[in-house]
Amino acid sequence: MFDVLGVPPQVLFGQLLLGLINGSFYALLSLGLAVIFGMLNVINFAHGALYMIGAFVAWLLLNKLGLGYWWALGLSPLVVAVVGVLLEKTMLSRLYKLDHLYGLLLTFGLALIFEGAFRHFYGVSGQPYPIPDLLKGGQNLGFMFLPNYRGWVVVASLIVCFGTWFAIERTRLGAYLRAATENPVLVQAFGINVPVMITATYGFGVALAGLAGVLAAPIYQVSPLMGTNLIIVVFAVVVIGGMGSILGAIVTGLGLGLLEGLTKVFYPEASNIVVFVVMAIVLLIKPAGLFGRER
Amino acid sequence: MAAKSQVNLSQGNPSQATIAVRQPGQDNTTRLILVGLGLAAAVAAPFVLYPVFVMKVLCFALFACAFNLLIGFAGLLSFGHAAFFGGAAYITAHAAKVWGLSPEISILLGTVFAGLLGLAFGALAIRRQGIYFAMITLALSQMVFFMALQLKFTGGEDGIQGVPRGHLFGVFDLNDPLAMYYFVLAVFLVGFALIWRTVHSPFGQVLKAIRENEPRAISLGYRTERYKLLAFVLSASLAGLAGGTKSLVFQLASLTDVTWQMSGEVVLMTLLGGMGTLFGPVVGAGIVVTLESYLAGTNLPVPVVIGAIFVVCVLVFRRGIVGELQALMARHRKS
Repeated sequence: MFDVLGVPPQVLFGQLLLGLINGSFYALLSLGLAVIFGMLNVINFAHGALYMIGAFVAWLLLNKLGLGYWWALGLSPLVVAVVGVLLEKTMLSRLYKLDHLYGLLLTFGLALIFEGAFRHFYGVSGQPYPIPDLLKGGQNLGFMFLPNYRGWVVVASLIVCFGTWFAIERTRLGAYLRAATENPVLVQAFGINVPVMITATYGFGVALAGLAGVLAAPIYQVSPLMGTNLIIVVFAVVVIGGMGSILGAIVTGLGLGLLEGLTKVFYPEASNIVVFVVMAIVLLIKPAGLFGRER
Repeated sequence: MAAKSQVNLSQGNPSQATIAVRQPGQDNTTRLILVGLGLAAAVAAPFVLYPVFVMKVLCFALFACAFNLLIGFAGLLSFGHAAFFGGAAYITAHAAKVWGLSPEISILLGTVFAGLLGLAFGALAIRRQGIYFAMITLALSQMVFFMALQLKFTGGEDGIQGVPRGHLFGVFDLNDPLAMYYFVLAVFLVGFALIWRTVHSPFGQVLKAIRENEPRAISLGYRTERYKLLAFVLSASLAGLAGGTKSLVFQLASLTDVTWQMSGEVVLMTLLGGMGTLFGPVVGAGIVVTLESYLAGTNLPVPVVIGAIFVVCVLVFRRGIVGELQALMARHRKS
């Protein structure tokens, strides 16, 4: 077989696939953050914790109720959405008239509570979650071995991402949403119930995080700490991409995941910080972000 | 539009405006008496309380005051101050242990390092405003965390242990708990005096103008970016001073000091005590450190309690303890 710059292709493509999977999660999470920020002007620090809860609900469904992966794929995001709606109704909705930073501080506190509570009951070690029978095994592509489940994660998150893009940019409901992001008072004057729309947006945004959690469960282990370290990288992704555009969030997420994978091959020591370095460079060259509008 | 994204934490906190204004004579005397009592308590504290505990409170109080200089007086929420605190702790510990330098030089090196790091991070972060500023500082500090985890000299998971306290100016033996205590108290007072001076200087007034209305400050001819950057560097250096001192108190620099949880903790101390008040962060640091050492002896999970206080503060107690007291006093004075 041929080597790429002295790296065997199995290693290169293996890491690229891992990068693509990480990128899918970055994309799903930064998409949720962007949708929520557009409507609520809140940066949802609890996004990582809700992703973790999504994975944990899947794990609990399997171990307590015997409901498998496919059930979890539907139920988990639903549970997370309900949690999100409750949070929005009882707490976040009180902060809209204040400075945006209070939303960040509130959700930071919530993230600490969720993470601390799960850590208290389940410890820090990861819980294994089995790959569903239907997706076991893999394909030999000639230049690399592709486990079926990993392929499924990439395809599923791409479908969800582009589905969300289509719903927001190309449907009537999405048009209302975009209008309410621009000018909520005017949209309300046209007889659309904006408060309900805000609640639903938050519920949908965090449901995306819950879904990402279920998809992640069989790849990474289910652990209370899985969300928060991820969310800081996703923040950097959001700064790089800018939160102005849905497609921007998706493309930036996938691209940075791939870049991280490449770094793991050629300079593994820097793989943890490459996203932050890119963020610094983007801030120097194009402060508004690659797809952002300066507001 | 820029004005909208700018931080305006003074909303609903009319008492803040009174900080800068000179109080009538009577208030000044009360204030002097209070400060005198506080100083007397600080001098007497090591005879009543466990000295290391009080030193911890003083270090975190200085850290929180440094953080408050940004959020309270310039309206910039940094979510990455642990990088300066913990980074300086590593440098100080390394200088004292490996290079065998004296404590004052080691702490100075740590402080300078934090200031330079603050210059680099600040220059990047002030390119965006509001919520983005918070996210950028958080991401940059996470980079420092990963570096501390991977670099050789930081000792990875173990940190730098057994840091010698040494002899201050070659004379005072800091292994004596009382000598160490009064050294830490002096460091705190110098840092606090610097912050007090900054807030009450023309520079501090410009910072407040930027916090209230940046476009207007720009139109008045102020180059607001330079002011913000200088405030950031000052705040980072003082956070470094606190971190370096802490590494000598505990004779340890560890990963805990550079985590995002540490950045969150200093936000909480400031929020709980009162953002934009001078003494609020000191009160907040005292409460949080006391609470944590109490919780360590119980079965309650610390992060859950900390998170719950965060939520309560944001929802119903945004002025913080000292802020509420000042508002109460202002109302009392009016009636």
